[in-house]
Amino acid sequence: MATVNEFKTETPSLTAVNDFFLERPTYKEGYDQETNTVIRLVSSKRNKPGKEKKAYKVTGIDDVAAKNNWKAWLYLAPALILVVIFLIYPLINTIFISFLKDYSYVTGSFSGMTFENFGIILGLTPYNGVYETNFVKYAIPNTFIIVFLTVPISTLIALMISVWLNSIKWFQKFLQIVFFLPYVTNAIAVGMVFSVLFDEHGIINYMFNSNIVWIYAATREHAMVPLMLYIVWSSLPFKILIFLSGLQGIDKQYYQAAKVDAASSTKILWRITVPLMSPQIMYIVITSFIGAFKEYTAIVGLFNNPGTTPGDYSLYTIVYYIYDNLNSHTTFAAAAAVFLFIIILVFTFIQLGVSKKRVHY
Amino acid sequence: MSNENLNAIEPQNVKVYTVPKMDTSHIVLSLEESSRSVAAIQRREKIGGIITTILTYVILLALALIVVFPFYWMIITSLKTNEEVIQSNQTLFPSIVMWSNYVFVFQEFKFGTFLGNTIVVAIFSTLGTLLTTVLAAYAFARLEFKGREAVFLIFLMTMMIPGEMMVISNYITVASFGWIGSGQTLLNAYLSMIVPFVVSVFYIYLLRQNFKQIPNELYLAAKVDGKSDWSFLWKVMVPLAAPTLISICILKFMGTWNSYVWPNLVTNSESYRLISNGLRGSSFTDPDTGRTNFGYQMAGTVLVTVPLFLLFVIFRKYIMRGVGRAGIKG
Repeated sequence: MATVNEFKTETPSLTAVNDFFLERPTYKEGYDQETNTVIRLVSSKRNKPGKEKKAYKVTGIDDVAAKNNWKAWLYLAPALILVVIFLIYPLINTIFISFLKDYSYVTGSFSGMTFENFGIILGLTPYNGVYETNFVKYAIPNTFIIVFLTVPISTLIALMISVWLNSIKWFQKFLQIVFFLPYVTNAIAVGMVFSVLFDEHGIINYMFNSNIVWIYAATREHAMVPLMLYIVWSSLPFKILIFLSGLQGIDKQYYQAAKVDAASSTKILWRITVPLMSPQIMYIVITSFIGAFKEYTAIVGLFNNPGTTPGDYSLYTIVYYIYDNLNSHTTFAAAAAVFLFIIILVFTFIQLGVSKKRVHY
Repeated sequence: MSNENLNAIEPQNVKVYTVPKMDTSHIVLSLEESSRSVAAIQRREKIGGIITTILTYVILLALALIVVFPFYWMIITSLKTNEEVIQSNQTLFPSIVMWSNYVFVFQEFKFGTFLGNTIVVAIFSTLGTLLTTVLAAYAFARLEFKGREAVFLIFLMTMMIPGEMMVISNYITVASFGWIGSGQTLLNAYLSMIVPFVVSVFYIYLLRQNFKQIPNELYLAAKVDGKSDWSFLWKVMVPLAAPTLISICILKFMGTWNSYVWPNLVTNSESYRLISNGLRGSSFTDPDTGRTNFGYQMAGTVLVTVPLFLLFVIFRKYIMRGVGRAGIKG
């Protein structure tokens, strides 16, 4: 990482620092090289003639820091209070709500603790005499399909684009910017653009001379195609950015050595580039897995519904289910959120376990 | 698997082997015998290199076209009549340029209202985030107090938890503050969209790392000169960390511009919502036919996308560096 160099070159100007040091202090201090502390000689103005105690007292910088313990907490207070209210408390509270029976968020009343909420969303326990099937039938499978298709595909495409981008001389910067463009967009807006591209009378059907219904009133299988393409398209820029910075950090000597040994380019890719990029690849895989598990806005942008027609839930994802039920069935939403949390946790730990064996740091 | 290959390249692992004697008569050792001159081999390598380069450019340009195509299609569709959009023969350029689509969208879509809301929410949540981030990052990076590492660890751990866990309870929290529900005022709506987002653990982490790079000698020198921690923070640390702070500001602004879920949850009235909600919530139906007009719809998306592109053109360096380090959207 070239962060230290960046710090030097990116400094706007050192004038701020100079201005700061121009104001000289009125008392004497010295820096003790051996103990690595500042000795401050503070003159005491309160000393009255005849009642002189000490003209100077000696303080090390460490005592000053220790004395100002409460000051540090003051600096931390705004962030700490907000983190407790909006991050830590809600985490505990959501887990709590997922076990409540007949909970109403308006009044805060509930009639007891139960495991039923999990049973209901998983379709094991009836709710008001009806089994909830959408979560098991659609939300869980859709989420897993999205995760296991889009993450490997987009990671592989991004890796290939980055390797190619890294190998060219002209227009490298320009193409890099072009490939970054999908990041700087509004997910809803581009989702709507994709729904126009994939319209029954749209350009995609025209180009491939087909008349498949992709968006409105489409079958679940067909609707998945534009959805996947959109998710891959929008997840490429971030991956390319990370991969390219990783590639640019690889020592050229490895490639020169490989050239001496007349290694083929595929061998170079799999035996040098990929192993040396393994920290970046691992980072990307873990973050994209988490991101794909939380897919929601892509579906809203493309379909504006949890299905291809109003009243259809065939495109539910776990997160879509959470937001859809947050108001009407808060306990179910909380149970689904806890369910998602556990899945993400398990997957992240599996991936971290794999990375310990396979990633070369 | 690839461990051995890697190690093999490193000089300390190179071993010298003695090759056992064997029949080598069939091995061609000279270029002359292989009937290829050095020039021929070089020429061949050069041609191969050129072909690879050309292929790489062709593939990259094709992929770049695919990446850019939705943007192109968005713009030209926004300038087409609806008849032209849905006709069986697709055109790559509008036959009649319909600027009136934009006029219609400005009237129907209440673009001004949504833009105003988004800018107010973005400015205040960015300012709030900056303040909490700078103070907390400074405490973590420079000040010494008991429990610093423990608190920092708790902060970091919250980053691993999916936001959906928090949304449910935060909704209830904000409701209990009386900011949502019937009788919601514009101020209530703003508060509910700003306050939960004026802290970001990730930005605190990012800035702390940046603050830590600032040499300790500066801090000691400031102490020698009798400066307080407070003035050291604002007069030395903040100016030196300006690039990171600019990145944070822009990413935060983009985050607000793209936020959809939370504003949709906490606002009662259409006119309190942000730009993404406005875009998805508007129906873009043609008053004459009663059907969705794609021209209007795409004009709306162009209006939402263009400000982001302008931001990108101006602050490209900060956005790309910020994203590269941050790695989270919004």
